[in-house]
Amino acid sequence: MSEPTPSPPSASRKPRRVSRWGDRIFLALVVIATGAIIALMVALFVVLIYGARASIQTVGWAFLFTKVWSPATNVYGIVPQLVGTLVTSAIALLIAIPLGVGAAIFLTQQAPGWLRAPVSQLIEMLAAIPSVIYGFWGLIVLVPLMRNVGEPILYTYLGWTGLFSGPEYGLGVITASLVLSVMAIPTVTAISRDSIAAVPRSQVEAALSIGGTDWEVTRRAVLPYARSGIIAGIVLGLGRALGETMAVTLTICNNNVLPTSLFSLGQTIPSLIANDFFEAATPLEIPAMLEAALILLIITLSINLGARAVLLRFQAGRGVGAE
Amino acid sequence: MNFDRSVRRKVFSRGMTVLTGLAIVAIMVPLVAVIYETLLLGGADLNLGLFTNGLPYPCSPQPGVTCQQGGLVVPITGTIELIALSSLVAVPIGIGAAIFSVEYGRESPFARIVGLVSDVLAGVPSIVAGAFIYALVLLYDPSIVFSTISGSLALAVLMVPIVARTCEEALRTVPNSVREAALALGISRWKATLRITLVSALPGIVTGVLLAVARSAGEAAPLLLLLGNACTHPLQGLNQEGCALPLFIYQGATAPNANYIALAWAAALLLLGLILVLSVISRLTLNRMAKRMRGG
Amino acid sequence: MALSIDSPKMESQNLSAFYGGSRAIQDINLQFPDRKVTAIIGPSGCGKSTLIRCLNRLHETIGKARVEGKVLLDGEDLYELDATLVRRRVGMVFQKPNPFATMSIYNNVSAPLRFNSHPSREVMDETVVRSLKHAALWDEVKDRVDSAATSLSGGQQQRLCIARALAADPEVLLMDEPCSALDPIATAKIEDLISQLKKDYTVIIVTHNMQQAARVSDFTAFLYLGKLVEFGPTVDIFERPKEHLTESYITGRFG
Repeated sequence: MSEPTPSPPSASRKPRRVSRWGDRIFLALVVIATGAIIALMVALFVVLIYGARASIQTVGWAFLFTKVWSPATNVYGIVPQLVGTLVTSAIALLIAIPLGVGAAIFLTQQAPGWLRAPVSQLIEMLAAIPSVIYGFWGLIVLVPLMRNVGEPILYTYLGWTGLFSGPEYGLGVITASLVLSVMAIPTVTAISRDSIAAVPRSQVEAALSIGGTDWEVTRRAVLPYARSGIIAGIVLGLGRALGETMAVTLTICNNNVLPTSLFSLGQTIPSLIANDFFEAATPLEIPAMLEAALILLIITLSINLGARAVLLRFQAGRGVGAE
Repeated sequence: MNFDRSVRRKVFSRGMTVLTGLAIVAIMVPLVAVIYETLLLGGADLNLGLFTNGLPYPCSPQPGVTCQQGGLVVPITGTIELIALSSLVAVPIGIGAAIFSVEYGRESPFARIVGLVSDVLAGVPSIVAGAFIYALVLLYDPSIVFSTISGSLALAVLMVPIVARTCEEALRTVPNSVREAALALGISRWKATLRITLVSALPGIVTGVLLAVARSAGEAAPLLLLLGNACTHPLQGLNQEGCALPLFIYQGATAPNANYIALAWAAALLLLGLILVLSVISRLTLNRMAKRMRGG
Repeated sequence: MALSIDSPKMESQNLSAFYGGSRAIQDINLQFPDRKVTAIIGPSGCGKSTLIRCLNRLHETIGKARVEGKVLLDGEDLYELDATLVRRRVGMVFQKPNPFATMSIYNNVSAPLRFNSHPSREVMDETVVRSLKHAALWDEVKDRVDSAATSLSGGQQQRLCIARALAADPEVLLMDEPCSALDPIATAKIEDLISQLKKDYTVIIVTHNMQQAARVSDFTAFLYLGKLVEFGPTVDIFERPKEHLTESYITGRFG
């Protein structure tokens, strides 16, 4: 190979160097933004723990087991609020699951093509309405309805269970649960619908070809396949319900004792914080509420993480197994 | 007989179809009921004064007493301020993180961690975000704990994961050929990312931002904790207590005075209208920009 | 095996490229003569695209990609220079036309100017017109330079990409199977264009179409399984190939 003779510098008309500063600054900004998000995640826990330190140190584990929340007597226990949170969310799910999954089944299996998109969008609209408006409506419309019609009916037919007793205020656990279910339904519906739609056509056709009715196909071929996705959707709906504040606060009426029936007035952790925060007077009260917020955070994040893990496995499994 | 059983099965299947259809109807009931009620009660006394007047003296209609209607200028202004401030904080952070995970860190596990953190953050209850900001600002400067600034920070916490996730998806839809074309022309990386790749993803990004704004415009819980009690005061500075539409709805709902309740319905109508407008704009932008990019 | 050229415009020395652990091209020693068209041919998967993407340092932008060896432009090792600057001197046209969909025809062609050198409006106008003429597209679009780039046909879009690459004022133009996504008429137009372009630019074209290589190029390099098999004047390669492998490929016995 001969030595290449040096040619005149043809690049003399071009700049020899490009400023690297643009790239460097941009990268720095972008890294800072990313770091901010991760820092936020960490800070959520650190700051709440620090703010609640007085309560954590003074009250200790009793916080989780004491059945009384009474700042006046310096007793702080969130059992009433925990029970309120769990009960309202459970009832909300009890309503949201059949309605949400049922709607998802209808949308994917039965609804004519032209109906699917508009109905799905309407359900998304349900999620877009701010919860404070649902709470407002619940207070003005649903509460009188429950007081005058709903609760008497429930007592008449279901009073024997012991769950429906006590004065019929209209406000209270049952009404709050009803409004809460409206918050959970869009999540359950959307994820169930996506999970059902992901079932491979071949499964459906196989079941149809052996003479199954529509419902049998759904029950035996589609739902089992979509099961983990649907469960994940339900759990995410639960996560949403647990953290819901405004709709519940306006309808459950803020009573810091253990509810004895579904007609009782009650309190959830979010409604506790919403109601009492601004009027906190005693020195331990705000740290205690911050501790309550921390506990709520841990509960909802664990549930969400768990649901997402299930969802991821479902989606991965579908990708692998799909023909 | 076989015939009976198959008829029974078919009837059962039909029954289930009806049931699931009823589920859809049942779901629509609260939607229709809430919108109907809001339109009815909120639209009852619509007039321009709603936008310009301050809050009235609380009163309930009695014989011989006419209540002032008043207006919502303070909550409306507050909502606008909150949206502006929280977007100012949340949008750059969200877009920056999305750019990092798609353009710079795509191979690294770091990008997946950021995505996971975003998803986790999206599940933080809004009241917890409020409590967090309270505790945080308390550490920094107790005098501004109850202020519009604090409120907007809490809203930013709720907006960031939405912006980050939607922008990340939007950037992922930009085909690699765009990035390569820009690089092959000797365009520096940051210009190519910002002015070419980002611009290609703009419809999705705008939609994501509008979605986040619509969500935070309706949040009341963190504002309950952080905005204070200034709805009845005239407009104040950002570092002081403030008011916003969702907060006012809550206060009006629990007020014993009829004219406040009526104003709360009007505020609800305005809030719904705002969210509707935002979602319509975002859909239109998505369609128009996408059409322009496809050609013609 | 390798023909030695005096003062090649570009030259690769012991060039190897890797995707993660696997090696795509191995020890390529090639010389690309100035202001001539050099074609790189070979069966698919033999590393032609990888090779050409090493020439403008695009290969390394993919994660886990690695390059060994040197690529010289006018005697300077490109891998010692700033990558962005390299790409302004070595332009590329891709297999699938990729005009910027959000921009008009004018803005597409002026993109390298607007982003890299910020000239005045007059200089930009003049460069855009010149580049479009050079790419044989001016007559077809002169009335609608502000319309969307996506409103052009496939062949026109590819010529637009060529105009855009030319507007960056490169010294070398790389073309990675530029006609494989186009119909025969568009292909013919671009092949004519290449014959014109070599007056001002060094052109290196990757193609899987042997007849195209024979029509368009002055020199041809035959790659097989990541290694350079033979390189020489196109006429020699096609009529008097020295390597048996080359002859088999040319006569269509494989690939």
